[in-house]
Amino acid sequence: MDKKDFVIRFAGEGGQGLVTSADALARAAAQAGYFVQTHSTFPSQIMGGPASSQVRISTTPVLNSGDGVDVLVTLNQYAYDHNSQDLNPGGVTVYNAEEFDLPEGGHYFGIKADELAKSTGNARAANMVTIGAVANLINFNLEEIDEFITTRFTRGRPGDEEIIKANIEAVRLGVDVAMTSGFSVGQLAPPIEPDYTQIMITGNAALSMGAVAAGVDFYAGYPISPATTVLIWMENNLWGEGRFVHQVASEIEAINAILGAGFAGKKSMTATAGPGFSLMSEGLGLAWMAEIPLVVVNVQRGGPATGLPTKSEQSDLYTSMHPAHGDIKMPVLAPGTIEECFYAGALATNWAERYQGPVVLVSEFGLAERGENIRRPDLSNVSDENRATVSEGGSGKRYDSWDGSTPLPGMPVPGGPGAYVANGSEHDEIGDTTHLPHHHVRLMERRFKKLGLLDGAHYEIENTDADVIIMPWGSSKGPAREAYDRLREKGDNIGWLYSVALNPLPEEVLEVLKSGKKILVPELNYLGQWSSLLRMEGFNAESITQFTGLPFRPADLVESISERIGAGVTA
Amino acid sequence: MSKRNPEYDFAWCPGCGDFGVRRALQVALEAYSVEHEEPQANNVVVAGIGCSGNMVHLVEGDQPFGIHGIHGRTLPISFGVKQGNPKLNTVVVAGDGDFLSIGAEHLGPAANRNVNVTAVIMDNGVYGLTKGQSSPTTEFGKVTVSTPLGKIENPISPLKHYLSLGVSYIASYYSSKPRVLAKVIQEAMNHNGFSIVHVQSPCTTYNDTYDILKGKPKEGIKGIAYEIPEEHDPTSEQDATDLLSRPGIPLGLVYRNEGMSMQDRFEELQARAPKRTNDELLDSYLLNV
Repeated sequence: MDKKDFVIRFAGEGGQGLVTSADALARAAAQAGYFVQTHSTFPSQIMGGPASSQVRISTTPVLNSGDGVDVLVTLNQYAYDHNSQDLNPGGVTVYNAEEFDLPEGGHYFGIKADELAKSTGNARAANMVTIGAVANLINFNLEEIDEFITTRFTRGRPGDEEIIKANIEAVRLGVDVAMTSGFSVGQLAPPIEPDYTQIMITGNAALSMGAVAAGVDFYAGYPISPATTVLIWMENNLWGEGRFVHQVASEIEAINAILGAGFAGKKSMTATAGPGFSLMSEGLGLAWMAEIPLVVVNVQRGGPATGLPTKSEQSDLYTSMHPAHGDIKMPVLAPGTIEECFYAGALATNWAERYQGPVVLVSEFGLAERGENIRRPDLSNVSDENRATVSEGGSGKRYDSWDGSTPLPGMPVPGGPGAYVANGSEHDEIGDTTHLPHHHVRLMERRFKKLGLLDGAHYEIENTDADVIIMPWGSSKGPAREAYDRLREKGDNIGWLYSVALNPLPEEVLEVLKSGKKILVPELNYLGQWSSLLRMEGFNAESITQFTGLPFRPADLVESISERIGAGVTA
Repeated sequence: MSKRNPEYDFAWCPGCGDFGVRRALQVALEAYSVEHEEPQANNVVVAGIGCSGNMVHLVEGDQPFGIHGIHGRTLPISFGVKQGNPKLNTVVVAGDGDFLSIGAEHLGPAANRNVNVTAVIMDNGVYGLTKGQSSPTTEFGKVTVSTPLGKIENPISPLKHYLSLGVSYIASYYSSKPRVLAKVIQEAMNHNGFSIVHVQSPCTTYNDTYDILKGKPKEGIKGIAYEIPEEHDPTSEQDATDLLSRPGIPLGLVYRNEGMSMQDRFEELQARAPKRTNDELLDSYLLNV
């Protein structure tokens, strides 16, 4: 019987081209019309250390990295010892026979990829030998791989043809080894090609692209895993009239630079991770107080302190929503898929302009470098909001009282009318410092009232008649959705609630929460951060937590959700 | 209170050096706007936290655009303002505590970038707003409320520090001659790059150094402030080093190095940078690319 999806994992050491292999297979499959999702885990170092990179190939959009592995490629003994337990029943291991040997009789076979690659005259084609073996195991159409190789290596150089020939031959040599072994994990069903144009993109690239689509024109950042690739993306792409990008000396410089630029009229942004976000606290407080539009992306990793720089965790929700001292509640957008990363990047930018203040976009390691083929966004549908400004003869009162019944007064732009001081001390209408109670009261109310302007984020509400409702956030959406679908198929009556905006929550989502139904929140942290924030608002929420540094497996969630609802269902 | 805003509830102590700096800054901002035929609205004052930071509210004449932000962060904020809109005449006002203690980490990067902002530093050798603690420029052994047995650290030499970091324009002055100081500040604003005007601005409440700076001529006591000799060549780093090895407070331009500012360098990069439309960028992610 044809199978609708396979997970292929390449495990070894950092620097052995694991990501390259998974990416190549993913691209070949995506070009053939499948849906793919890659996922990597590695230590925070460039060379060495146990690492792995995998791809899930499916005939339908991939929600998560899956339960187990169907084909495991292991480049050393350690990789075999530490990954073979993840094999699905019937799964096969391809091991690097140049590096180690396994006793006869197991569900595996060895391959000498380097030696075979050399025989093609191109020693660098070793990963294609392995891909050939994998392709044979899942009965993947070889013509699709040939086409991918031809596209990839057609670079308009004299040696192109030779390289293509060697790589295609390498694939065939790998196929031969797998065929000789006699193993197979099944037949991948033919792809159902989508009728829309797709792009293959990572979460960090998607949110950068989204932000720029909505007009971000000033970026300052500092390298930190797993947010560095946003800085790299901007340094390579944020060029052109009126744009500015720069790597500054620290996260403190980054937040203050984008604050200055936001004041000067730019749509400004930075991206960081936990430790850098902590350093930005004071700047975020100033942006809230002085009402300066800017976007801070917090790509979460494991914490606290240096924590787990290259692992998945959703443990920065408290700090993202309440990053600084004083009464503050930041607008927070938390995309859960690569496509949502794009639109969250755009919406965060628009929100900042609309309410004249800072917006935090919370992403995660689990989204940052994960590659996925998604619908190519139609840029004509992406709005590009600009803050209201003031004209000559306006009231000249930047910090007027505001109760939400009228449009938010405009924000003067330096060089134009309405000069004021953007003041971190409590202030009067033009920004001069004051300690008078009525100013603190009226501006506190203004600052919180403005949150009411922030809507338009994606949300999902399904089967909320059920007594128990699953409400994941961020990247836990994928595995939670698969678990939800499986439980519904088994006949469990459970509901689904999901919101990219965590603050403010859309009215429709609040309505469901107010119903008092039991809300189960799968989240990757120890404290159960989102459910406790919901309980703080009086909602009936509890968490299913995991804090291993790895994403949820759908099967585990099926089990833990079943336990909570007392249905006795197991995966 | 300020002249514009009777409700504003902060005031400097009588005799504060910052009054003189305010007069000088106001004259310099107005003169700069006239000289360059630009509106006053193009002036942005980025203030630190401390007595001197209140300058942004207290400066007289037209209200300038301003940011009264975070202790120590005037340089990165002003960097964002300037690169966000290079037409803005961006001026930092901060004290010795703000600029040289909590904010010291930003001096090196600002010098390396040669970002085109002017910093007017009011050095009173003490934390005044928090009532008299020792600051980076407080002399060794000095008794203050936070150093009851005498200060145990050496003081920083701000001008030597700026020179060693490669700040491209360094002037030194005091608050007592606002009209001259105004010229010094205006010339610094005209420098294409990072300029610092380091002003001795005494605190009459916690560290009154007027007599030390100016001396007591009637009693025949000479002050430590001295006019920089005419033969001093500010374009010579060696001259500047020699000058700063002398005791006392020099008055005038210490060092000037004409070169490319951050914006000049950025425009060079911009000219040869790849420029793609958003659609072209998205298309670079198409499956068959």
